[in-house]
Amino acid sequence: MSALGLALAFWIGAWLLNIWLANSRWRDTRAVRIAVPVLFGVTLLVLWEGIVRGLNVSPVILPAPSVVAQTFAASTDLLWVDFVQTVLKGALRGYVIGFVAAVLCAIAIDRSAFLTRGLLPIGNFFAALPIVGVAPIMVNWFGFDWQSKAAVVVVMVFFPILVNMVQGLRATDAMQRDLMRTYAASYTQTLIKLRLPAAMPFLFNGMKIATTLALVGAIVAEYFGSPTRGMGFRISTGVGSLSIDLVWAEIAVAAMVGTGFYGLMAWIEKRVTFWHPSQRN
Amino acid sequence: MTRTLLPVLTMLGALVVLWYLAVAPMNIRVALDQAERAGADVVPEGSVARRDVSVWRLMAQNGEHIRAGYDLNRPRLPTPAQVGQELWKTTGEMAMKGRAWSKRSLIYHGWITLKSTLWGFLLGTTLGIIGAVAIVYSRVADMSLMPWAIISQTIPIVALAPMIIVLSSQIGVEERGLPKAIISAYLCYFPVLVGMVKGLRAPEVSQLDLLRTYDASGVQSFLKLRLPASVPYLFTSLKVGIAAALVGTIVGELPTGAISGLGARILIGDQFGTPLAIWSALFAAAILAGLLVTLLDLAQRIALRRMGATP
Repeated sequence: MSALGLALAFWIGAWLLNIWLANSRWRDTRAVRIAVPVLFGVTLLVLWEGIVRGLNVSPVILPAPSVVAQTFAASTDLLWVDFVQTVLKGALRGYVIGFVAAVLCAIAIDRSAFLTRGLLPIGNFFAALPIVGVAPIMVNWFGFDWQSKAAVVVVMVFFPILVNMVQGLRATDAMQRDLMRTYAASYTQTLIKLRLPAAMPFLFNGMKIATTLALVGAIVAEYFGSPTRGMGFRISTGVGSLSIDLVWAEIAVAAMVGTGFYGLMAWIEKRVTFWHPSQRN
Repeated sequence: MTRTLLPVLTMLGALVVLWYLAVAPMNIRVALDQAERAGADVVPEGSVARRDVSVWRLMAQNGEHIRAGYDLNRPRLPTPAQVGQELWKTTGEMAMKGRAWSKRSLIYHGWITLKSTLWGFLLGTTLGIIGAVAIVYSRVADMSLMPWAIISQTIPIVALAPMIIVLSSQIGVEERGLPKAIISAYLCYFPVLVGMVKGLRAPEVSQLDLLRTYDASGVQSFLKLRLPASVPYLFTSLKVGIAAALVGTIVGELPTGAISGLGARILIGDQFGTPLAIWSALFAAAILAGLLVTLLDLAQRIALRRMGATP
């Protein structure tokens, strides 16, 4: 029980420290802004460790974070192979294809106001659907390897990016477009110099939503058949063979990739749309 | 209304036409295999020889067999009409025969999915609202919870789905509804949290000051100003949330041998090689999502009108 007691004591201590930090006079500094959530996250991990050790939870049900970390360090080769198969081959290729297709489609459809009005409700509806369900169909069409995973990802990321891009292309107001007309700018010039830059905040919104969807699609598609590697494959077989610590290591990889991918998109967004009010402090 | 109805119908029509056009190349190989087995002449002979020939050449050389691709039992891509028939066969027709709750009926499976979705939605919405209130009223909660709420949404929950199901069955929860509801609550709480934080912070300083001059207590200003001000934001995020909750339930039904629910129908359709079952379950899920969002939209209009908003 002492492990549990220690964890609880740590929890209360961290809580009090956070309250003090959040109300101290350094509360608006960058260090405190980072320290408070980090402390909160560490507390969760400590509590988890304490509960597992203190209550003697069987590792088959829930392994302690320290055990997961050991497994992680011991099987980096395996995790790397799965990472390449699922993320680099499946998710990333599908993401790029879906992104290019959605942007081109949005620019093409944008030329007709009639089609745009029809597309927006349909696109919004499709973006809300459980599209992951097409995974078995895609595995049937494109085989077990990464092509079918990329196909699922394409379908999943297409609609959020399309809808946001179409809305972004409509974001310029009449005054700005009139100005371009007084410069005698052609359609292409207006598109490149005015409307595409104006669409960027919307586009990045869609791209950030799509990062998680891409991983979800690539992992779920592996539940329906994959070569003997890949994160989804490892998770589903790991659950079956009760190597739960490996499954948690895989989940940790998925979490890091998801956060990293999102963070990367947010970072690029900051560089590209530095002019937008939401990016200025 | 009519301004968008016509374009939407045009787009839908175009999609259906595209779909019908795609059926021919998608199904030509299966159709030719079937025709050959029935004794018809097919160029080139043997499915192995055909594997290296492109579908376009197959269609050009075997024009008379293209039609067969539109009427297969196990098509690679069924036609919209086939999907519609299957959907009707497993819902309306069974209901008319009084077998709506049979295990083969999509009404039964849809109900299972709907139940978990609603439980997850309730759980997620409650968590989201409580979290939002905590974040608005407490600096510590704002600083420590908000970054993790954002990070939680960048983690692909499906990676956890089989884990959650196994965990809950080992703890002794045999009922499949609970793990599914947890997964859908995980997907659904975030839009509600973000929307409610925005909504509860929507009142302006001058409005809050006015309540202070009335000597209103914290609870009073919450109930009479912040809560009513957040209702439009709440409904908007509820609509996003219920769609996310449905996605969560179906993801929860997909990975490990569930036997009832729309996601399980997709899984079973995959295992038994019956594409029509997969497609009709997908469409049933789409219809369910549409119904739920429409219902919430209606509730939003009624509630906002009652509260005196001008449409």
